[in-house]
Amino acid sequence: MDAKELIARRIALELKDGDLVNLGIGLPAMVTHYLPPGVDVFFQLENGLIGLAALPHPGLENYFLGDAGGALVGAVPGACAFDSAFSFGLIRGGHVDLTVLGGLEVDERGLLANWVVPGKMVPGMGGAMDLVTGCKRVIVAMIHTAKGKPKILKQCTLPLTSARRISLIVTELAVIEPTDEGLAVRELAPGVTVEQVIAATDAKLIIPSEIPEMKLAA
Amino acid sequence: MHKAIGLAEAVEMIPDGASLMIGGFMGVGSPHRLIGELLRQGRKDLTVIGNDAARPGVGIGRLVDAKVVKRMVASHIGTNPEIGRQMIAGETIVELCPQGTLAERIRAGGYGLGGVLTTTGIGTVVAEGKRQIEIEGKMFLLELPLTADFALIAAHRADHIGNLEYALTSRNFNPIMAMAAATVIAEAAEIVPVGVIPPDDVVTPAVLVDHLVEREKLNGR
Repeated sequence: MDAKELIARRIALELKDGDLVNLGIGLPAMVTHYLPPGVDVFFQLENGLIGLAALPHPGLENYFLGDAGGALVGAVPGACAFDSAFSFGLIRGGHVDLTVLGGLEVDERGLLANWVVPGKMVPGMGGAMDLVTGCKRVIVAMIHTAKGKPKILKQCTLPLTSARRISLIVTELAVIEPTDEGLAVRELAPGVTVEQVIAATDAKLIIPSEIPEMKLAA
Repeated sequence: MHKAIGLAEAVEMIPDGASLMIGGFMGVGSPHRLIGELLRQGRKDLTVIGNDAARPGVGIGRLVDAKVVKRMVASHIGTNPEIGRQMIAGETIVELCPQGTLAERIRAGGYGLGGVLTTTGIGTVVAEGKRQIEIEGKMFLLELPLTADFALIAAHRADHIGNLEYALTSRNFNPIMAMAAATVIAEAAEIVPVGVIPPDDVVTPAVLVDHLVEREKLNGR
């Protein structure tokens, strides 16, 4: 199993039946493949839909139904469409139970930087700032390091996405929870030692005496 | 009550240097015919308020390709390298705004509000130079309303007097922009007799639409 699949399988266990969920593009979107049986959720698109579905068949695209990346998608029965002000009312108002987003850096306080890619043109924050500030829970899905360099740092070097602390970091090495006291290691990926996690992390970690192995969705 | 005008006539009303709100999200729900006619008539020095710069060759991206956008207010431009190049070269000014804040600034402009208070952007570069107001112990950022000379919007169906109905994710910024501009020009994929769109399904009432672009000729008819 590759690193991204492992991360997606772990995060899939965080989705609860009946949740309204917003997934970022790329790795976070992979979570849809591993929903446990009996967990029915609605996926929100910030461009104005509750009830995203995969396109059922090529050739059935509707040019009025796209995702936030501009790809044409499908919708589930019971889907609902709305304008951008309402969509961000859902997000900012705390009506979205969970958002899963990619991360470039997370710091010791649990603050996320994910909208300015170093060395590239500033793309704009899109909906990321509203999502991190407003959703009930924010999970960051990311590979633990970038080109061998830690991404979980004492302090972010990139511009922050929000001053609000995120709920959970899931990487291919560990599940880490930001708390009032700092970043606590909650689970280790199968075959990964706590020393490996510490070595790949710049921030100070809180290491409990017993750390369970990461659970994964089938 | 007669709203219908030709495409060319509609765009002739828009002068060089005008500020335009343009609906759409990555080109989905953008007024593609109005954008094409702006280009055909060679309009330039435009201020464009819209969610994103789409991609080269798509939606608002076509205006960027033609270098006729002097200033853009958007939440995301990362999918269009050309506007990034123009921004770095100093040819275009881009103001980036969180997407929910952009929607609320437009809504505030159309709803007669003096601004909106949001927690989005607090503690980030977005807060720089803006007023922060504490309400019951919580800090909010004051974001100011946006208005424009024209809103160019796209609808799924219009009736003959300009009531508008939208489809799926093509609704996005169109209804709020219809409230926030001095002159509203709408194009619709389909135009139907008055009464066909049930009152409960009208999202943008006809009174907000100043001009409705006549339909395209289909099979010569």
